[in-house]
Amino acid sequence: MAITDIDQYAHLTDSDVETLGAELDAIRRDIEESRGEADAKYIRRAITIQRSLAAGGRLALMFSNKKVAWAAGTAMLSLAKIIENMELGHNVMHGQWDWMNDPEVHSASWEWDTTCPSVQWKHSHNFVHHKYTNVVGMDDDVGYGILRVTRDQPWEWWNVGNPIYNLTLGTFFEYGVALHHLETEKLRSKEKTYRQAAKDLRVIGTKVGKQAAKDYLIYPVLAGPNWKTTLTANFTSNIIRNYWAYMVIFCGHFPDGAEKFTVEEFENEDQPRWYLRQMLGSANFKAGPLMRFMSGNLSHQIEHHLFPDLPSSRYEEIGVRVRELCDKYDLPYTTGTLLGQYAQSFRTIAKLALPNSLLKATSDDAPETASELRFAIREGMTDHFGVDPETGKRRGLRTALRELKNSPVRSAHVGRAASGSPGRNQN
Amino acid sequence: MNLLKWSKRPAAGVEARKPEVNILRGLVARATTPLLPDDYLHLINPLWSARELRGKVLDVTKETDDTATVTIRTGWGFPDSYKPGQYVGIGLQIEGKWHWRSYSLTSIGAGENKTIAITVKANPDGFLSSHLVDGVSPGTIIRLQSPKGDFHLPEPVPGKILFVTAGSGITPVMAMLRQLSAHGQTPDIVHIHSAPTRDDVIFLDEMEQLADEADDYDLNLQLTKEMGKFDVSRMDEWAPDWRERECWACGPVALLDAMEAHYEDGGLRERLHVERFAIARTDHGGEGGTVKFAISDKEAEIDGATTLLEAGENLGIQMAFGCRMGICQTCVVPLAGGYVRDLRTGEERREGERIQTCISAVSGECTLDL
Ligand code: FES
Repeated sequence: MAITDIDQYAHLTDSDVETLGAELDAIRRDIEESRGEADAKYIRRAITIQRSLAAGGRLALMFSNKKVAWAAGTAMLSLAKIIENMELGHNVMHGQWDWMNDPEVHSASWEWDTTCPSVQWKHSHNFVHHKYTNVVGMDDDVGYGILRVTRDQPWEWWNVGNPIYNLTLGTFFEYGVALHHLETEKLRSKEKTYRQAAKDLRVIGTKVGKQAAKDYLIYPVLAGPNWKTTLTANFTSNIIRNYWAYMVIFCGHFPDGAEKFTVEEFENEDQPRWYLRQMLGSANFKAGPLMRFMSGNLSHQIEHHLFPDLPSSRYEEIGVRVRELCDKYDLPYTTGTLLGQYAQSFRTIAKLALPNSLLKATSDDAPETASELRFAIREGMTDHFGVDPETGKRRGLRTALRELKNSPVRSAHVGRAASGSPGRNQN
Repeated sequence: MNLLKWSKRPAAGVEARKPEVNILRGLVARATTPLLPDDYLHLINPLWSARELRGKVLDVTKETDDTATVTIRTGWGFPDSYKPGQYVGIGLQIEGKWHWRSYSLTSIGAGENKTIAITVKANPDGFLSSHLVDGVSPGTIIRLQSPKGDFHLPEPVPGKILFVTAGSGITPVMAMLRQLSAHGQTPDIVHIHSAPTRDDVIFLDEMEQLADEADDYDLNLQLTKEMGKFDVSRMDEWAPDWRERECWACGPVALLDAMEAHYEDGGLRERLHVERFAIARTDHGGEGGTVKFAISDKEAEIDGATTLLEAGENLGIQMAFGCRMGICQTCVVPLAGGYVRDLRTGEERREGERIQTCISAVSGECTLDL
């Protein structure tokens, strides 16, 4: 069972959580007050770079029969598509630049260069995913309705294909995102009618049609005799963009230590605890300036989830302050290299093709999901957290996790005993 | 016909001087989708875009100490004819943020000449107006909105006219005067204009010259420092036949209110045309106020902690929402008038900005187009 009592899990007292919330609010206020000229320049420049790359790429591909032109054109086009999806589309639609009052760079008007209609995405991503982040059963990004990404999700026979579905999703990621809004899960559970789904599908179809016509009909036609090489170049750049976006996004919530939550937790939640859930549920990866830019600053997934509507260019600076808070409250700050984080995500997905009975850890104590029960044996059901009055030191979640790692209690036993016990109200 | 529609579709809603341009724009947009070709072209020349109208400041000339005329070269799509007396929306980027206000056009829009002029008075709390008067350098790119407004002369021009203006309220009327003389039209005009001193009278030379040359233009200056405020009840002294005249009035709220009352009493309300610039800037304490939902024609009195989303829902209005906590942007709507306060940061937002109804409360008074 994923986290049910977030205070317990985080090893924080009531007042700790309150002050943490207030400190995060203060960060928001500071950033909002200091937004200005430099930020506006940043996004303008990003837009200029993106459009120049797109135009340059399309132009080069007019001569795509030459290998050099094919390679250069494909590279430029891929970069343009990546930047448009990540740093521009994703962030503008989050309202990160709405403060500029610029009608052309605004969440209400931006349509992105991918097959997913922005109206639907703003619902499925901005609302569903960002509000219900990692609440199993409420956040459709937990597996997108086709993957098993945590052992909190019951195993079904078709989950054996998990790693294959995952790679297929990566390859055709933009279509996966486009279909996300259909909410297949809800269709299955009859919360949504087929008529509604058909309506959504029509909107998706129109956008897909426009996008596909551009890459697979119009530019090839314009390239005349070079139509074939233009087509392959466009296809290649779409696939490159898809893999990149997929990889960045999977590094955000599926590496070890990105926690999952229960509906019970969500129901008892206030704003500070919402923050805490975002912090514990997200994962970063290490990136320099270029990588940050190319990932739409989603290398700072934790900061993004805390403040989805603050300018992406400020996440680096926000990250410094968030880390300070993690130190102060002895909380983990989940990060690692891009490849490391991806490898962990993939390993989890591969493992979860199997039913829980074949897996060692339980959903109280697994790399991708844990609950407050993982500390139960060592600590009992402690509710005295906070700073030790004698030593003045705080023994918090990070320390507790470290202890657990250094001298593990036989996790299989703990987990099974705990979640199997009918006396507890989680089941 | 259908083919024509199909060709134009991506460019629907783009303001083009020549409609044929939108066919081309629409066709090219198939290759630039989801953008318009304009989105690429304006990177080469900022004026090459009609998606959002743009202009370039050519020149700023002082009229009085605190007034200047700003001449603007308009970009693609800006209509070349408008009615003198109409106003135009101007957006200027200051510290990263676009600020939007409306100003009367003082140019009269003559054919191929792609420039317009506005005359702006820097009022002390007018952040943008001071910027325009003192801070804008030629070459600055600004945003524009198409000319709007019902404050203009009808066709045909009435034979007897009364203008009542005060301060910068002269600007729309100046445009009318210029148009009349450009067209050689000479209706019988009585003009009452009030300003503190002669030095404060914008376009003084031009008006006096006109008064000298044209017999039918009778200019009456009310210099309030020496002569006191213009009192509407004394209108008979200057324009005994005011009842027979079609009147256009523009100036501070108090003047317009008095004018309206005066005409109301005389049973002549439909003779009076007013232009109100000052937004009722009421309470700034964020203690709530009145929210108006213009389309549903409903309003409510709410406190400073009630969100606009809740207020609308309580009135039974269909409001779009998602997260209800300020993160999803589902509830974004343009603020059609007045002021609101962002509950998360306390920041005040005003007419023309797009706001999130789930985290905004009214600050004094506001109007939403819902
Ligand atoms: S409802 Fe989500 S931002 Fe307002």
